[in-house]
Amino acid sequence: MSVTLYIPRDAVALGLGANKVARALFAGAERRGLDVTIVRTGSRGLFWLEPMVEVATKEGRVAYGPVTLKDVDDLLDAGLTTGGDHALRLGDPETIPFLAKQQRLTFHRCGVIDPVSVEDYRAHGGYRGLENALKLDAEGIVAAVRESGLRGRGGAGFPAGIKWNTVMLAKSEQKYVVCNADEGDSGTFADRMMMEGDPFNLIEGMTIAAVATGATRGYIYLRSEYPQAFETLKEAIVNGVKAGVLGENILGSGKTFHLEVRLGAGAYICGEETSLLESLEGKRGIVRAKPPIPALKGFLGKPTLVNNVMTFTAVPWILENGAKAYADYGMGRSLGTLPIQLAGNIKHGGLIELAFGITLREVIEEYGGGTRSGRPVRAVQVGGPLGAYFPDHLLDTPLDYEAMAAQKGLVGHGGIVVFDDTVDMAAQARFAFEFCATESCGKCTPCRIGATRGVETMDKVIAGIRPEANLKLVEDLCEVMTDGSLCAMGGLTPMPVMSAITHFPEDFRRAGDLPAAAE
Amino acid sequence: MLRHEPWSAERASGIIADHVHLEGATLPILHALQETFGYVDSGAIPLIADALNISNAEVFGCVSFYHDFRKAPATGRHEVKLCRAEACQAMGSDALHREILGRLGCDWHGTAKDGSAHVEPVYCLGLCANGPAALVDGEPVAHLTADALEAALTEVRQ
Ligand SMILES: Cc1cc2nc3c(=O)[nH]c(=O)nc-3n(C[C@H](O)[C@H](O)[C@H](O)COP(=O)(O)O)c2cc1C
Ligand code: SF4
Ligand code: FES
Repeated sequence: MSVTLYIPRDAVALGLGANKVARALFAGAERRGLDVTIVRTGSRGLFWLEPMVEVATKEGRVAYGPVTLKDVDDLLDAGLTTGGDHALRLGDPETIPFLAKQQRLTFHRCGVIDPVSVEDYRAHGGYRGLENALKLDAEGIVAAVRESGLRGRGGAGFPAGIKWNTVMLAKSEQKYVVCNADEGDSGTFADRMMMEGDPFNLIEGMTIAAVATGATRGYIYLRSEYPQAFETLKEAIVNGVKAGVLGENILGSGKTFHLEVRLGAGAYICGEETSLLESLEGKRGIVRAKPPIPALKGFLGKPTLVNNVMTFTAVPWILENGAKAYADYGMGRSLGTLPIQLAGNIKHGGLIELAFGITLREVIEEYGGGTRSGRPVRAVQVGGPLGAYFPDHLLDTPLDYEAMAAQKGLVGHGGIVVFDDTVDMAAQARFAFEFCATESCGKCTPCRIGATRGVETMDKVIAGIRPEANLKLVEDLCEVMTDGSLCAMGGLTPMPVMSAITHFPEDFRRAGDLPAAAE
Repeated sequence: MLRHEPWSAERASGIIADHVHLEGATLPILHALQETFGYVDSGAIPLIADALNISNAEVFGCVSFYHDFRKAPATGRHEVKLCRAEACQAMGSDALHREILGRLGCDWHGTAKDGSAHVEPVYCLGLCANGPAALVDGEPVAHLTADALEAALTEVRQ
């Protein structure tokens, strides 16, 4: 009888040699006369254990990791195919504390199933959400999304139900559903993992949205930095059409939904929804002034629902298990679960899906196990390149939209980037301006010119040229950018800059005060 | 190893024709051209403009707006994209990049002295828990070191 091995094809696993490991395992098993079938899965998101190989045994799955090429023969000799003992044996993956302590509503299939198999997806509960949705009318679906409390996971935290309602009520012969899969924030990879590991969850979520809003066409706008996700999505869509869960007459309902993946071209600003729509239309990714909002005039001027990957992928669970069940997770006005991405200088990095409300410190210490370098944590950036840097004394802030805002930070897309005590916060503040200057769409002056001025002024601070006066200038510049920018690119760049200056003042006065003549 | 066809207007017209039916066809066309030829030749601009009934300036504006599109053929044998974003910075990417560029003898957007690769900066590859990260000819590399990159450049050549 053939033994099934599960080996991730997630980009992290590939980046750590998973393809070579898979080939060596197959060849090594063959040499030993063992019959193995290899299923390429996504990742469970325990990234320090990748490549993590799982084997199906009578007692359930047994995991080994991190498996490198040189371990393969040793593992096979130790009886990997029957769950044999070995130094790399991790046992039942679901009992690994990092995973066991999580609340995986959205990610429960990721890393478990064959990502491009509709059959496997359905065998693990897939399409129950859509089946339930098809029994409701459009108002019923939108009501479920509203009552779940789901807020947009792309960064702004806008209530999903309100947006869905607006598109549903818009009158038009053509509407669109667009998934924002531009995931440009450093420290984030939840969208990537989902698209590589459980793409049908996204497809199902978008299909439910299409049914609710009356849209018949949809696009996934994917960043070009994710070539693996691109291939997986294309394969999943082809399989979905074949299986009758996409295209005409979905699940025999008479409803139509045509879905396509489109690649971005390396522009961070195209994650901003109006810039994304311009790009999707084939133009430069210049931000549009709002109103009109995309929900009323979006892609090609038609009503368009734009949501993040994590927003759409929360929906099938909500429709399957009920809005109330989802809203039972979380705190305050941040309901449900947040797929937290723990990254940077961290020992145990990866995906941590938990109800809103856990503190940054708990995530970093209890899940992350401290820094990878073994040095003390000094700064933590939350919510991507436009998010604030937190010092140690603010790490007890809970991950909750309002609590983070109260500390002049943001949840964003849920990325947490840890830095140890070798970080130079003046360099980080300078980088925030540099990034904004590189990625600005150029439409408004505070952002286009301000970011470049910010880099120049930070260079002076770093060189020790009148640091106090120049820091004052940086502060004024930040105020202008906050108040005068059209979108959050220019509007939020001050957040990492000002948090660095406020919480780490000593890093901005390292060079001492040079005589003004040096300027 | 990157393999590209030499520029051909005829071939380009065929590629454009394959995509004109798409809503918002410009980016898919530019991607397809770049995949085939390794860059977007200036000769393609009027062809796209014609096919999509837009101005040359609009097409050119698009090519120049996006970091991905090259206006001249890539000169290195491999394409190396190094992540410069924060999570990789936290793992020492700045110093690593100085070392890599030093060994290759080129700057950002440049080609290695030995012609082995051209180097582009990128901002995040979604490998942020396993940095520093890179893409070599589209293949992810995690826990990047200068030696590992050298090995990767030799290996993918075969
Ligand atoms: C500069 C900038 C970059 C953004 N990048 C992304 C992104 O990569 N992914 C995303 O989903 N939203 C991003 N957003 C937010 C989108 O504009 C928009 O709020 C989101 O797509 C709405 O979906 P949601 O309500 O499901 O979050 C970005 C916004 C700005 C200002
Ligand atoms: S803030 Fe920057 S990115 Fe946003 S519209 Fe203005 S120039 Fe463009
Ligand atoms: S920050 Fe380098 S891969 Fe995300």
